Amino acid sequence: MSGAGACVALLRERLRDLDLDVTEFRGEVTVIVPAAQAFEALRALRDAPGWTPVLTDLTAIDRFPAEPRFEVVYLLTGYSPPVRLRVKARLPGEVAVMASVTGLWPGANWLEREVYDMFGIRFEGHPGLTRILMPDDWEGHPLRKDFPLTEEPVQFSGHTPKVPSTIIPKSPPRR
Amino acid sequence: MPEPRPETLTINMGPQHPATHGVLRLLLELEGEVIVGTRPIIGHLHTGFEKEMENRTYHQNIVFPARIEYLATFIEEMAYVLAVEKLLGITPPPRAQVARIILAEMSRVASHLVFLGSSAIDVNVSSGFMYCLQDREEILDIFDMVSGQRMMHGYYRIGGLHQDLPEGFEARVRQIAEGLAGRVDEYDSLLTDNLIWRKRLEGVAVLTPQTALAYGCTGPVLRGSGVNYDVRKAFPYGGYEQFEFDVPLGRNGDAFDRYLVRMEEMRQSRRIILQALDRLPGGPVRLDDRKIALPPRGELVRSMEAVIHQFKLVSEGLHPPAGEVYAAVESPRGEKGYYLVSDGSNRPSRVRVRAATFNNLQALPAMVYRGFIADVVVAIASLDVVLGDVDR
Repeated sequence: MSGAGACVALLRERLRDLDLDVTEFRGEVTVIVPAAQAFEALRALRDAPGWTPVLTDLTAIDRFPAEPRFEVVYLLTGYSPPVRLRVKARLPGEVAVMASVTGLWPGANWLEREVYDMFGIRFEGHPGLTRILMPDDWEGHPLRKDFPLTEEPVQFSGHTPKVPSTIIPKSPPRR
Repeated sequence: MPEPRPETLTINMGPQHPATHGVLRLLLELEGEVIVGTRPIIGHLHTGFEKEMENRTYHQNIVFPARIEYLATFIEEMAYVLAVEKLLGITPPPRAQVARIILAEMSRVASHLVFLGSSAIDVNVSSGFMYCLQDREEILDIFDMVSGQRMMHGYYRIGGLHQDLPEGFEARVRQIAEGLAGRVDEYDSLLTDNLIWRKRLEGVAVLTPQTALAYGCTGPVLRGSGVNYDVRKAFPYGGYEQFEFDVPLGRNGDAFDRYLVRMEEMRQSRRIILQALDRLPGGPVRLDDRKIALPPRGELVRSMEAVIHQFKLVSEGLHPPAGEVYAAVESPRGEKGYYLVSDGSNRPSRVRVRAATFNNLQALPAMVYRGFIADVVVAIASLDVVLGDVDR
């Protein structure tokens, strides 16, 4: 297997009815697959001959208020020859459920727990989907865009909590 | 008649425990002195860095990386800055690139010295701790000289460096790099030939290459198990492809091999530093693109245009094109990556910090399974955990 292009070709060959969307930006290849077939696609990639991909990272993006709201991002790395491939699956906001890949890579365990903790995306088939970084009794999922960033109230008087991030307001895209 | 089940005892270790190198809590299930189950409980140091970074401009975010992973500060800053530069599609001037490599390798040595010292104190070689921290302090003095800060530098800029390297920098670095070889040899004779050190480390906390790959371990933890993967070689960044160095590998995957790998990495870092000093070019340390890098201070009193650029960059920030990039560096703990998603505005819409120790720590239960409870301390030390990096 040489390069991310070969991985994409293999996916096309193995899963003929798969609806692939391939993008490239700054030399990084991203494959967007339908959420329902993401597990199959990842399994096909893991079992592909010529490389043993490692799950380097698993995370999510909240595109609120756009729909489908969530993107689950898998970053696969082949060590020799060096290949990187990003696989993405889009999920709607109401039923954010993915198939767990802990069966393919045991290291996905904590990564999926973190995505659950931070975004509230559930992973079917995960051996113990609980919060990992936030306290167990925490309400809400902090990395969602509708979860506000606030300053903790302080005890002394005459202080109004300010959100430091409003010092430089967000500006619209350019170019 | 059913066999009586062996009694197990569940004990708690941490989060406030000197051998956990931070606030790591472990639930250990013991059969006598033998570990049959381990559950790491993390998150005590979670500070929401990713959320904070998503609410600030690209330039404001430069201060965060060093606080996430506070032992290899310059490498952390480099990872973030490289990610933004990749997003913008720019390359900093050659002098800045080589200077970054010198500082990054010095950071690696400083971090490995902390590993060595704290591992030594964990197995009761407390004099090793003193020597290592003394040597690290000399490196931090250079960081202080360069950036004004020992640890939280904020010295790198998108498109280069904040200012040129100070006078006398090269001579100081060369002096330390020359002396380093002798110091590492000294530690080698203090520890590698030490019977107690070997008995505590050899054959302890073995990690097979299969397990290491399954958990996504990287860095000395992976290379100690014999898998050849170094981001500097596999996906060269920031000019590393121009330097000659070897990637040391272990064979048995035990704590002793991970220690040997780190010792050799310090020698290789010294090699890179000396090569970089020889070819440190002159010239500017920041890009001349006024839409990305701040204009030089002196220009502000002469040029109205420079004042406008300065104002726009400071009050609004830069606007990279919409897109997403992942930039990874080889930190002393493994692959450290920043995944940035831009929507074209002055703030990243998603910042993901791929922490090496998060994945490495996940392999801890497999490493200590059926080992002795006393070896947990050695296992944690050999992972070289930084809890700020695990919890972010």
